[in-house]
Amino acid sequence: MSGVAAAAAPLALPKRRRPIVVLLRRAWRLPRTKVGVLLMLLLVGTALIGPFFAPHDPAAFANIPYGKPGGSTPLGTDALGRDVLSRFLWGGRSILGLSTAATAIGLVLGVSIGLVSAYSRGLLDDVLMRIMDVILAFPSIVLALVAVSTVGPKLWLIVLVVGLTTMPRVARVTRGASAEIVERDFVQAAEALGEPRAKLLLGEILPNITSPLMVEASLRLTYAIGLIASLSFLGFGEQPPAADWGLMINENQQGLTIQPWGVLMPVIAIALLTIGTSLIGDGLSRASAGIDRTGGE
Amino acid sequence: MTPPVLEVVGLRVEVEGRGDDIVDDISFAIGAGEVLGLVGESGSGKSTVGLALLGHTRRGARITGGEVRVEGRDILGLSPAGLRGLRGKTVSYVPQDPASALNPALRIRTQLEEVLETHAFGDSRAARAARMREMLEEVLLPSDDGFLRRYPHQLSGGQQQRVGLAMAFACRPRVIVLDEPTTGLDVTTQAHVLSTVRDLCSAHGVAALYVSHDLAVVATLADRVAVMYAGRIVENGPERVLFRAAAHPYTRRLVEAIPEMSGRHALEGIAGTAPRPGQRADGCFFAPRCTYAVEACTIELPPLEQSGEGHFVRCVRHAEISALGVSERRPAPELPEPDTATTLVSVRGLDAWHGDRQFLFGIDLSVLPRQCVALVGESGSGKTTLARCIAGLHRDFKGELALYGKPLAAGARARSRDDRRRLQYIFQSPYSSLNPRKTIAQIVSQPLGLFFDLDHRETHERVVATLERVRLNPSAMTRYPHELSGGERQRVAIARALAAEPTLLVCDEITSALDVSVQAAIIDLIAELQREMKLGLLFVTHNLALIRTIAEEVAVMNAGRIVERGKVEDVLASPQDAYTKALLADTPSMELALAAGA
Amino acid sequence: MSTVAAGFERARGILPRPRGVWGFVLRRVLLGLLTLFLVSIVVFAATQTLPGDAARAFLGRNATPESLATLRKQLHLNEPVVSQYLHWLGGIFRGDLGNSLTGSQQPVTSVIGARIENSGVLMLIAAVISVPLSIALGAIAARRRDGVFDHTTSIVLLALAALPEFVTAILLVVLLGTSLFHFLPPVSLIPPGGHPWNYPKELVLPVIALVFAVTPYIARIMRASMIEVLESDYVEMARLKGLREQTVLWRHALPNGIAPAIQVIALNLAYLAGGIVVVEFVFAYPGIGSAFVGAVHNRDLPTVQALGILIAAAYVFLNVAADVATILVSPRLRTSLK
Repeated sequence: MSGVAAAAAPLALPKRRRPIVVLLRRAWRLPRTKVGVLLMLLLVGTALIGPFFAPHDPAAFANIPYGKPGGSTPLGTDALGRDVLSRFLWGGRSILGLSTAATAIGLVLGVSIGLVSAYSRGLLDDVLMRIMDVILAFPSIVLALVAVSTVGPKLWLIVLVVGLTTMPRVARVTRGASAEIVERDFVQAAEALGEPRAKLLLGEILPNITSPLMVEASLRLTYAIGLIASLSFLGFGEQPPAADWGLMINENQQGLTIQPWGVLMPVIAIALLTIGTSLIGDGLSRASAGIDRTGGE
Repeated sequence: MTPPVLEVVGLRVEVEGRGDDIVDDISFAIGAGEVLGLVGESGSGKSTVGLALLGHTRRGARITGGEVRVEGRDILGLSPAGLRGLRGKTVSYVPQDPASALNPALRIRTQLEEVLETHAFGDSRAARAARMREMLEEVLLPSDDGFLRRYPHQLSGGQQQRVGLAMAFACRPRVIVLDEPTTGLDVTTQAHVLSTVRDLCSAHGVAALYVSHDLAVVATLADRVAVMYAGRIVENGPERVLFRAAAHPYTRRLVEAIPEMSGRHALEGIAGTAPRPGQRADGCFFAPRCTYAVEACTIELPPLEQSGEGHFVRCVRHAEISALGVSERRPAPELPEPDTATTLVSVRGLDAWHGDRQFLFGIDLSVLPRQCVALVGESGSGKTTLARCIAGLHRDFKGELALYGKPLAAGARARSRDDRRRLQYIFQSPYSSLNPRKTIAQIVSQPLGLFFDLDHRETHERVVATLERVRLNPSAMTRYPHELSGGERQRVAIARALAAEPTLLVCDEITSALDVSVQAAIIDLIAELQREMKLGLLFVTHNLALIRTIAEEVAVMNAGRIVERGKVEDVLASPQDAYTKALLADTPSMELALAAGA
Repeated sequence: MSTVAAGFERARGILPRPRGVWGFVLRRVLLGLLTLFLVSIVVFAATQTLPGDAARAFLGRNATPESLATLRKQLHLNEPVVSQYLHWLGGIFRGDLGNSLTGSQQPVTSVIGARIENSGVLMLIAAVISVPLSIALGAIAARRRDGVFDHTTSIVLLALAALPEFVTAILLVVLLGTSLFHFLPPVSLIPPGGHPWNYPKELVLPVIALVFAVTPYIARIMRASMIEVLESDYVEMARLKGLREQTVLWRHALPNGIAPAIQVIALNLAYLAGGIVVVEFVFAYPGIGSAFVGAVHNRDLPTVQALGILIAAAYVFLNVAADVATILVSPRLRTSLK
């Protein structure tokens, strides 16, 4: 009996942290995550509090068109003689707001569909994934443009369409990650105990796919930012005279050789923002790969 | 005495970068035609030693000391080109899992031919083709073009492993390393592969290292045995000496943990776990788990000392332990008397399908209250499907299923709450049956929330009581499964089942993912719970030796049918069905091997 | 690999089951056609039934009741939705995509016909460069895992993958098209009727922008898949057989590493179809991408519908091709079909 009796000795391991905390800590230890968070804070900060520091009304005439930097317009003026710096400081809000909203819509819909699909299998899975395939058959930007061509460049439409094109990608990742979890015995155990289905999906399966979902969320946010910036660059997002990074590039592209700041500032801002979010995503994905390898499960 | 073909002296392999040893101070020798069994539990470093004989380590490890001499020449000093010339030609390797070690995209012919080509075996393509056919015949495989054109996935597991053997023997090597080559094969296939290995080694005078966790397999095959524990060889000697009268406490405990078909032995586990690289303190690594430990054991690691003819032991008290002689095994406690007044669960005329294919045919089975019925069969026999039908996890069946005489619906969700509560299922692998994102307390309290109306304090008390019942310290409550060892996890899984206060436990191969010493402790626990809690037990296993200890009745399954049923002693002593007879004959047994050798 | 298997399973569930490789190809093509049919419904629904009136949208403020009525008739907007759809679908099969609403009201087919060649050349060159480049980058990075090459490419590819195509394109213009190197034109001036291969300079920047957009994904999946293969038991076994490293890599590792990447390659080539929309717009390149943007601006519905379905068809076709190619290079999947 010595075997079993001694097994009741206190367990030796000291640490006990929630797996999600472990993931975030490990990700934070990677330099790329720190750089990503820094970039993101910088640009989100610019977008949120920048307007309070804008020297001019972003829509007001400040100087001659394509005016050189200097004086009251440190970055010069744009094609219509408006202050580039002020327009830049005002121009990040809509991109951030719209892309966050679109990503949120895509995540909620995609995760729900992916979970249901992986768990139910059979016909429901087939039908849901077929629908996702149809949406995936369009490059996101094409679907957005098709919708814009009838309804017109409305912001709610852009959020909705970008959210809808995000959905099937999230659904596929969710389904892929949960398909393997659904097979595990602990799900079968919950099934045998008769745990309610909603609780089984949200309580047993969802917590096990948080790592891939967090990676996917940051990836999707990167895409949403890029897509929404592209749409406003093409002229289908915010409409003039609004200050918006994508629109600024469109308005000032002709004058690139004369006065580059009207293009360069928003281009650099969008570049750093998307690089920042994808660095965070990469940090998370590397951290979760490490955990999956050493954590056994 | 001729010089040994292979000699390993003071081999050390470290974790790259950290310098913690994975294995150290490994020394042994193997002569021509001799098989050395290297046994140890998971994590003991036995596979690391096997690979080091080819000058190879897995990613993250590095050979940092010692010598591996093949026919007198140290191979660890060879250049990469020199090592390539050695591997597959002078020293060859048979992997653990042939299904993943054969390239899925290449035909069998390509994979066999390239070994011969690389090492310029034979003068011509025709000579190599002839050798290839010869090899295939030696490992009892077909050698026609049709077979050679196949891809690995078109072969059975046993055939894949034979291809692995053919590849290893192709260039007439001097040394061969077999890394658990029969794990995952059925006993019948295993028996055939083992006899092929034995014949080839002795016919060609090859020095073989047979790495395994299965002492019974090693007993049937090896001339000598080395036992590894926590990266060290703790004992090395002739097979008969080692298994009969070991001089190291660990070896003795290991032998006592092995179930045998010959009698109802109590199985005794070894408490605690082996220290991993980087966590090994001074002194004998086994001392914290050793019942013979004295103060001297905790000061420094004892050296490997000679204890008899060709017998070396790493223990300060080996002389005293040797003197204890042959270890006697304690008989298992009596099984409880089943209650014959009612039938706990009964199955009648059950047929089951997976998609289009029928897997079970007319199954009749019943379990009485307080009775343990063993369901025995090889993989694919349908035993797990049957267990899952009963547990409500497999719904695609026809036939009668009843609990206490009342019909039981197919599928757990269609059953009453009370039916689900009374019938609990324990899964094979505790690594996949516990949600890694939940704490132990959350896992164990899951059935409490579903079946009982308890407040927070009562739930907590029940969880503590249940954990204590399975001999787990309640401090485990706040842990996550990955912080526990395999044995501890399986106890948690048992606790979750017990929390529902069941009357029938369905145990599906619950020890097959565990080391033998842990298996012993779990079996001991299950038997005790059955006695004390008056449980009915359906014990599914492929291990015939286990059922002797725990079960009262046995049903043998083959190809979806129950081919024989009866009292355990009767079936094991005088099997009636041809399949049962073959199964019994092919099951490796340490006692039979020792008896035959004596 | 798993997506193919899943696709295969799905294909098997819905459609009849002729066996063998050709059976699979047939099923996959039928499934592709089914997807295209659904796609056509989506395109139609998005343009014709979303809130807003197509005729009013095109005419804008200048609409008079008469012109609205005429246009509605031309677009068949007065008929029931289903018959509108069938009429449109029938047109596609007859090669009649309607007439463009703008300018001289030419048939849509002749408006986009010439531009397909321009875009096709652009995509083809980009694909021919980026596919081998990314496979090589990914395989080398995997082979030298955690080395300098691996770390450098990983950061560069990560950044390139993150940038929206128009940002990459504009940065290219800033770096190569304006102050530093004047010889590369920032705007692609290919006259109507001219063939793009006669204007190689005009192609350089758009091609680079597309290559930058596609390469990172393929290279990263290739690296991941090669790492998995290099860690596999059969590669270890090949080394333990004493094979030369060259043989291990070329015979044992690479074929198994490429199989899972094929899906991603196809997906990204299909992605080129979306990428050209923005890239062509930046460089004013006369292809279907810039035509699409123009048509959306002008609310030229027949052209938008035609181009939408054309791009989606390219996408579906590449996906089907990828599934078939994966089956052909994986013996295991191939024989499971027999």
